[in-house]
Amino acid sequence: MYLSVNNVGKSFPRHGEEPLKALETINLPINQGEFISLLGPSGCGKSTLLSIMAGLTEPSSGSVSLENERITEPGPDKSMVFQEPALFPWMSVKENVTFPLRKKLRKKEQESAVAHFLQMVHLSQFAENYPHELSGGMQQRVAIARALAMDSGLLLMDEPFGALDEQTRQVLQDEVEKIWQETKKTIVFVTHSIREAIKLSDRIIIMSARPGTIISDFKVDLERPRQQKDMALLEEDVMAILKKEIESVMKEELQHAGSH
Amino acid sequence: MPAVIKRIIFFTILILIWQGIFLLGIWPESMIPSPFTVAETIIAGFADMTLVYDILASFRHLLIGLAVSLVIGTLLGVLLAKVKLADETLGTMILALQSVPSIVWVPLAIIWFGFTEASIIFVVVIGGTFVMTMNMRIGIKNVAPIYLKAARTMGSKGMDLFFKVVVPASIPHAVTGVRLAWAFSWRALMAGEMLSTGPGLGYTLSYASDFNNMSLVIGIIIIIGVIGSIVDQLIFQRIENKVLKRWGMEEAA
Repeated sequence: MYLSVNNVGKSFPRHGEEPLKALETINLPINQGEFISLLGPSGCGKSTLLSIMAGLTEPSSGSVSLENERITEPGPDKSMVFQEPALFPWMSVKENVTFPLRKKLRKKEQESAVAHFLQMVHLSQFAENYPHELSGGMQQRVAIARALAMDSGLLLMDEPFGALDEQTRQVLQDEVEKIWQETKKTIVFVTHSIREAIKLSDRIIIMSARPGTIISDFKVDLERPRQQKDMALLEEDVMAILKKEIESVMKEELQHAGSH
Repeated sequence: MPAVIKRIIFFTILILIWQGIFLLGIWPESMIPSPFTVAETIIAGFADMTLVYDILASFRHLLIGLAVSLVIGTLLGVLLAKVKLADETLGTMILALQSVPSIVWVPLAIIWFGFTEASIIFVVVIGGTFVMTMNMRIGIKNVAPIYLKAARTMGSKGMDLFFKVVVPASIPHAVTGVRLAWAFSWRALMAGEMLSTGPGLGYTLSYASDFNNMSLVIGIIIIIGVIGSIVDQLIFQRIENKVLKRWGMEEAA
C-alpha cells in the first residue's frame, strides 16, 4: 500500500469541556497514482485528516504510513497546497517556486526546473511578478507550481479552489487533472463540492461529521475527461449519501443555536 | 484643489495672522518677533554656517544613537518573541520603560557620562530602543501561521525557517518599528541636547533662550519640526507604504 491510514483518531482538548473528537478510527488505504477526494460537511475533520497525512498535525491515536514509513513530520516526500495560496509575499513568483528547490539543485538546474513548473501552470510570463500583483486564481497556480517543484510522489490539496470563482475553479480543475495524468502523482484532495469530487477523483471518501468517520468509499468509474451528463447521475447518488449527514449536522447546529 | 495648494494657502494665512499679531504690538518683540525677523535669523544662521553645524551635529548624534537602538531593539524583540520567560519578565519591564519620557533619562545620563556627546547618544538610544523592541516582538509573534505551515511542508525548519521565513515575514512590523524609533529618538535627541554643551540644534535652542533670542528660539523650533516631518514623510512613510504593498498588507488608509 502506497499511503495507508490506520485507525487514526484525533481529538482536540477544550478548556473546561470534553475534548472535541474530530476524527475517529479512520482506516483508508490509498494506491499509488490514485486521485482521492475527501468529501464531507464542514466540521467532518477532512482537513485535519489531510494535515495528519502532511505530518503537520499529530494523530491522537493510530498512524499514517507512506510507503511503509510512518509519517511523523512534514518532509520532501509529500507536498501540500492550501486553501489560501500561502505564497511568500516578499518573494517573486520565481523565488517562491524556487523555495523548495534551494537546497536540492544547483543554480542552473533550479532555473530550468522553475521554468518547467511555471509552464505547467501557464504562468511563464509572470515569473518576475510579486504575488500581490496576481489574481487569486493565478496565485493558486503559483502555489501548485511550488508544490510540484517539491517533486514528491504525494500531493495533498486542502480545498485548493475553495476561495475562487466558478470559472477559475473549472479551469484549474482541468489543469490539475492534466497535471495528475502527466506526472502520475498520488493526489489526496479535500473538497466540499460534490461536483468537483466527481469530476476529479478515482475514489470519493465520504465522511460524516463530529466525530469524522468514513461512511462511504465511492468509486467513480467514468472515462476522463468527464462529461457533465455522466456526472449528473453520480451526483445524485453521492448527494443521497451526504444528505443525511448534512441534515443531521444542520439539525445539530440549529439546536445549538436555539439553546443559546 | 490639490492638497499642496491648500497647504500653501493655510501657511500663508498663518504667517499673516502671526504678522498681524506682531503689528498689533500687544506683546514686546522679545516675546513675539515678526515672522520675517525669524526668517532672517534662520537665513543668517545658514549663511554663517552655525545652524548647518548644529544640524550636522544633531544628525550625527541621532544616527549613532538610532543605529545602536535599532540593533539592541531588534535583538531584544527577537528574544522576547522567542523566549517566553524573557517575555514574561523582561517584557514587562520594557513595557514600563517605554512609558518613561526620554527627558527623564537626561539627569541620569549627565551623572553617568557628564556633559558629553555620550550623554546625548545614551538618551537617544534609550529613546528608540524600546519601541523597536516591542514592534520587532509583535512582528515575529504575528507571522501568519500559514507561512510557517507552508514552509514546513517544503522541508524548512530551525534556522532556515527563522531566517528565510519568520524574519522576512516580520519586516512590515520592523519597518514600523524603525519609523517609530526614529520619531522617538528625534524627540529624545532634543531633550538630550538641550542640557549639553553643544553643538546641536537642542543646545542652540536652550542657548538662544538663555540670551532671550526669541527669533532664534522660534526659528529652531521650526527647523526641528520641518526636519522631523520631512524625514518621516519623505523617507519612512514611503518605505513603509512600499513594504506594506509588497507584503500584501496595504490597507485603505
